[in-house]
Amino acid sequence: MSVSHYPAVSFDQTVRRHTLSVIVDNEPGVLSRIAGLFSGRGYNIESLTVSETEAEKHISRITIVTSGSEKIIDQIKNHLDRLVPVHRVVDLTLQGESIERELALLKVVGKGDHRMEALRLATAFGARTIDATVTSFVFELTGATDDIERFIKVLGPCGLAEVSRTGIAAMARGSEVM
Amino acid sequence: MSEMMTGAEMVVRALRDQNVEHLFGYPGGAVLPIYDALFQQDFVKHILVRQEGGAVHSAEGYARSSGKVGVVLVTSGPGATNAVTGLTDALMDSIPLVCITGQVPTHLIGSDAFQECDTVGITRSCTKHNYLVKRIEDLPRILHEAFYVASNGRPGPVVIDIPKDIQFARGVYSRPKDNQHKTYRPTVKGDLSKIKAAVELMSKAKRPVFYTGGGVINAGPHASALLRELVHLTGFPCTSTLMGLGAFPAADKQWLGMLGMHGTYEANLAMHGCDVMINIGARFDDRITGRIDAFSPGSRKIHVDIDPSSINKNVKVEIPIVGDCAHVLEDMVRLWRELSPQVDKPALKSWWGQINEWRGRNSLGFQNSETIIKPQHAVQRLYELTKGHDTYVTTEVGQHQMWAAQYFHFEEPNRWMTSGGLGTMGYGLPAAIGVQLAHPKALVIDIAGEASILMNIQEMSTALQYRLPVKIFILNNEYMGMVRQWQELLHGGRYSSSYSEALPDFVKLAEAYGSHGIRCSDPAKLDDAIMEMIETPRAVIFDCVVAKEENCFPMIPSGKAHNEMILNDFTGDTKTVIDAKGRELV
Ligand SMILES: Cc1cc2nc3c(=O)[nH]c(=O)nc-3n(C[C@H](O)[C@H](O)[C@H](O)COP(=O)(O)OP(=O)(O)OC[C@H]3O[C@@H](n4cnc5c(N)ncnc54)[C@H](O)[C@@H]3O)c2cc1C
Ligand SMILES: Cc1ncc(C[n+]2csc(CCOP(=O)(O)OP(=O)(O)O)c2C)c(N)n1
Ligand SMILES: [Mg+2]
Repeated sequence: MSVSHYPAVSFDQTVRRHTLSVIVDNEPGVLSRIAGLFSGRGYNIESLTVSETEAEKHISRITIVTSGSEKIIDQIKNHLDRLVPVHRVVDLTLQGESIERELALLKVVGKGDHRMEALRLATAFGARTIDATVTSFVFELTGATDDIERFIKVLGPCGLAEVSRTGIAAMARGSEVM
Repeated sequence: MSEMMTGAEMVVRALRDQNVEHLFGYPGGAVLPIYDALFQQDFVKHILVRQEGGAVHSAEGYARSSGKVGVVLVTSGPGATNAVTGLTDALMDSIPLVCITGQVPTHLIGSDAFQECDTVGITRSCTKHNYLVKRIEDLPRILHEAFYVASNGRPGPVVIDIPKDIQFARGVYSRPKDNQHKTYRPTVKGDLSKIKAAVELMSKAKRPVFYTGGGVINAGPHASALLRELVHLTGFPCTSTLMGLGAFPAADKQWLGMLGMHGTYEANLAMHGCDVMINIGARFDDRITGRIDAFSPGSRKIHVDIDPSSINKNVKVEIPIVGDCAHVLEDMVRLWRELSPQVDKPALKSWWGQINEWRGRNSLGFQNSETIIKPQHAVQRLYELTKGHDTYVTTEVGQHQMWAAQYFHFEEPNRWMTSGGLGTMGYGLPAAIGVQLAHPKALVIDIAGEASILMNIQEMSTALQYRLPVKIFILNNEYMGMVRQWQELLHGGRYSSSYSEALPDFVKLAEAYGSHGIRCSDPAKLDDAIMEMIETPRAVIFDCVVAKEENCFPMIPSGKAHNEMILNDFTGDTKTVIDAKGRELV
């Protein structure tokens, strides 16, 4: 029970992951406004991707993966929505199933058995080999976050030395558009 | 009509096109071109403050008392950083401001140039929106857009950072036809089905209460008129936050007084015991709710607010209505009339009976004295003696602020200017200067504390320069009284650094600033001294020497619910009313 004038936690605290698509004016500072909103209010960002989608209209699409209780997620959406350069915020997680994809580059360094095992796993996961030397490979894998994480896990013992990930691009299934 | 001119001239022209008569500012290298353009015209009057923080608070007082946008002009670097407190204050209290800051020339940005700071970075989180102007072609649009953004939706401060080369650059100025933002469109009309549901819920209420706030003031005097109409139509009781005082007249029979931490017994108990709560433009601030888990446990709640992020932020409500108070109130009044509901008369009657019982507790009663001026008494006398005047009140922050809220009564909106959300000491004097400029003939009083007033005392020079007859009424208890009170209640009466040592002689200080000084410590002479202050046609500093260790009650102590307030007749030990756990978290 709270014993303060600063109210205690009083809402359902079940934390869930949500993917938000945010359409914004591509103007200087828009990304720091959004990042600052998250840091300033103590919200999490698990993944953030930004890219201009309609160059002539200077419109960008930002995909944010965040987690929080239902109340926090509602607050995040409302706060995003009231930023002046934000046009629209859509919660893809609430919209039903959405497609989420991410691209990862993975460098494996090693010789002998490890090397062969790495190549075998890459084939099994459907990764492309985009660079190879006698002591290394660079693989590219595009897929859902879970697939990428599984791939990273199994490659670990095979000499995985470096990972670079893009973060998530997401879109609702079906004919619905933003 | 389009015309060629420099960026600096565009600034001044846009202010003129926005009908800005007063601009609060302080010059410096990075805004000299704008000052030069100001010099060559006389529509926009520049008010030279003595510190940029003063400029922002003056603009806040100007805005809050007139309903217009307050405008500020400061230089780069220290000019901009001095403005930060005022900008944050305006953001917290939803005050529309446009603050123009100078910046080093574009090609030097990021080079640690002389008086450079990252103004848009620093002010991003303390403004509603901000701009760094990088091309002269964007300047006219941004200038007008800033006024739109500041005053539409939930009002707030907007910063426009203009590098010096842009001020010199020439470009085409034209006034945009529709003064808007290309995408920012706040919702003002409330969802009619929700408003209907709200009116229906209200019509069935047995123990209703209106909980109104600063949003009603933001929505303009029309909203206050509609609120009065709705409260009278329904016959329900009405309370308000600190920020909403004046929206509903204090003399009205249905008025319960302010609610919250230092609110009246009847207002807080009505909130605690109501079955339907109608929140119009208030934000469930923690000074109101106290312990959230014990806040009005049995009520169904309606919340009208223009900012969707205010809804369900602190308290979950059943009927949220996003929209402007004036629009929603208009719909509510109309629908109530159409429905002309059969309200539950016996239930309402017994609710009022209960409320009158609480009123009988006389929670604002206090022990007066014939030998020493009690601060509550001083505010009461000030209120009584200024009644016939066209009065505006500002405050600093502390006990005196709460006593002003409790004992000075307001019948009209826009008469009460105080720093609520941020609680900025030093707000009151510059704010009074802004109010006086907006209302040159009015009686403008800053109810102050001896500690707070020193935070922006330099603005006395501004008052002198522009012959502004502001009255500073200091409740001098020789303590940072609010801090002392909390130390008494929470820290065993160890008054660590809260005694106001080495105070200046306020009467001499007044004279040094070319104004009039009055000191009074005798209750018998108080009325005459106040009359002398009112009748003095110049600025006055009134040093009202009051009881030193008076506490501000009623108070809901930490860790307690609304129905566990401490009142003025409390006889227990103030040092133990708050337990160890309560102390940790205040
Ligand atoms: C020492 C100290 C003690 C305090 N004690 C108390 C106390 O006892 N009681 C008390 O009440 N306060 C107290 N306060 C003030 C408190 O901190 C808050 O500032 C205050 O309660 C907030 O008032 P409000 O809810 O009306 O919101 P405001 O800050 O005025 O916010 C207005 C709300 O209305 C919305 N709004 C704005 N414009 C519109 C519009 N046009 N239409 C619809 N909605 C709109 C906004 O989105 C916002 O949610 C104290 C402050 C200090 C410094
Ligand atoms: C800028 C700032 N610093 C510190 C505080 C914390 N504070 C709140 S009230 C107060 C004391 C105010 O003293 P005074 O002006 O004498 O008013 P009183 O409470 O005695 O009426 C202080 C230090 C504040 N609100 N603002
Ligand atoms: Mg004091």
